[in-house]
Amino acid sequence: MSFDTIVLAVCDGVAYASLVFLVAVGLTFIFGVLGVLNIAHGSFYALGAYTAVSAGIFLTKAGFSPWLTFPALFVAAIFIGAVLGGLMEKLLLQRIYDKEQVLQILVTFAIFMILENVQRLIWGVQPYFMSEPLQLLGNISLFGISYTAYQTLFLPALAVIVLLGLRYFLRHTAAGAQILAVTEDREAASAIGIDAQKVYFVTFIAGATLAALGGALAAPTTSLMPGMGAEMIVLSFAVAATAGLGQIEGAAVAALMIGLGRSLAVYLAPEFEVLVPYILMVGVLIFRPSGLFGAPQLRKI
Amino acid sequence: MALRAILLVLLVAVLAAVPLFAASSQTFLAIVFAKSVAVLGLLLLLQAGQVSFGHGMFFATGAYTVAFLGRSMGGGDLALLLAASVVTSAVLGLLVGLFVVRYRYIFFGMLNLAFSMVLYSILEKFFHLTGGSDGLRIRRPTAFGFTFDRAQFDMVLYYSTFAMAFLAAYLVWRYLRSPLGQALKAIKTNETRLEYIGLSARFVMLVGYVISAVLCGVGGAFLGVIQGIATPEYSYWTRSAEFVFIAILGGVGHVAGALTGTFVYEAVRTYAAAFVADSWQMILGFVLLAIILKAPSGIVGLVEGFTARRRKAEASALTVEAAR
Repeated sequence: MSFDTIVLAVCDGVAYASLVFLVAVGLTFIFGVLGVLNIAHGSFYALGAYTAVSAGIFLTKAGFSPWLTFPALFVAAIFIGAVLGGLMEKLLLQRIYDKEQVLQILVTFAIFMILENVQRLIWGVQPYFMSEPLQLLGNISLFGISYTAYQTLFLPALAVIVLLGLRYFLRHTAAGAQILAVTEDREAASAIGIDAQKVYFVTFIAGATLAALGGALAAPTTSLMPGMGAEMIVLSFAVAATAGLGQIEGAAVAALMIGLGRSLAVYLAPEFEVLVPYILMVGVLIFRPSGLFGAPQLRKI
Repeated sequence: MALRAILLVLLVAVLAAVPLFAASSQTFLAIVFAKSVAVLGLLLLLQAGQVSFGHGMFFATGAYTVAFLGRSMGGGDLALLLAASVVTSAVLGLLVGLFVVRYRYIFFGMLNLAFSMVLYSILEKFFHLTGGSDGLRIRRPTAFGFTFDRAQFDMVLYYSTFAMAFLAAYLVWRYLRSPLGQALKAIKTNETRLEYIGLSARFVMLVGYVISAVLCGVGGAFLGVIQGIATPEYSYWTRSAEFVFIAILGGVGHVAGALTGTFVYEAVRTYAAAFVADSWQMILGFVLLAIILKAPSGIVGLVEGFTARRRKAEASALTVEAAR
């Protein structure tokens, strides 16, 4: 394996890890606060991607500057996260917080089935592709390898901004403190006047938007196909579980680990590309059942 | 209770006579029986409050065992192929089970899903071994030492799936009433207390998991023989989701839920899916939501609730009569 291939693999891995991190951190953030693992999270990713591409294609066809595809990515993500995520939380999740866990799982799973179908009904099965944002930012050269700036600079920078922003928000703002209080003890937080219902609502929208943003940003780097949502929910779960559910910084480490592992596999043993994330996850979970950074939970008797 | 026994005997008698008067629905019912065995596996796990989104992997294991063994033996025998798929699905169930029984709820469900995705991508990627996404053809095997032509073999398949569905339902029913089965249910109600009385929750769960894996393996083996092909789609998440859906639809409170649910599901799918093929999965999703939120005990639960109400109404009518 030459030095060039290593640089290529690292570039691939970092770009991929940034996207997976955005989705996984949304998943783990929602779980940490609401205690619900949203299986439909993968669908938010896929729908974010498709909406972004449709918006981008519409803008370029209507003759607008291709630079407008950048804001379109973000607008599409916020639209999907706020509308779909908001509706899902208000209409369904609010009814099931006090129900059995297995029922909560099944409800989010049912929504996943519905959204996967909706996506196929709207966009069909042919692949979609939009490369404008990738081409506009051009290439940069790294140790003699030319690679797109979108993937080597833009995506990782955005992932770091989200990580630091979320950290700052949770630790240093009043709203963040409210969220942490509800996470710690919903009843006690309600007793001191925090609107737990609103916290759940906002948290869910934020998490869903992160998933849709991951999808929208992934759109220029890959072609969109049905089934991408199912793949992403399992992958982002693998990241969240490897890190320990609810661990935000841990999700960044796990995403990097899994992203790099996967892109190395692409160059070394392509058949195992899909398997690497799961091998890493199982390997970690065998020795640390609650993930790399997770603490074992106390059990109620 | 007596009424139930009579109804059961009647049902078995009618089903046993199907090839005589309705031979055209033979294959349809054979598919129902085969799938209901797999659904029993999911129903078993739901007794412990656990749901797996990956049991398609055992379904595929059963079907591919039949395909590989059948190919190497130039057909093979049905009984032998089934026995082999029991062994392979039990082994895979044990290996995966040793890992996943440490987890509950969402972890349990998602880890199963992850394993099934791994199997799916192996089956699809290593096409020189597995035939890729085209899958492997399964040739018509001999049955119990005899060679049959197509029509006869369909009948043999009908009776063997029929027998297997009822045998499996009976065995699962017995298992759930045994101490080990009661312990499995206790995982749902209170796992810690289970450990306090000296039972290992992991062991109890592992036994249940391996049994459910074998049930799915047998179901997959039968479906593979019926359809004459094993494809990676057998281990795709939509297949696993279908099993979960059917178990919830039929009702998880009773083993009869598996067969009832599969029958209703397959009947609706066969006759209605042609009209709504594009939105089939969406409809399933909405029905699943409705069941969970409105009738969590499924079809069997609805029927039982109905008869219980009627009995109550009859009883109160009787007391009114007596009071007069």
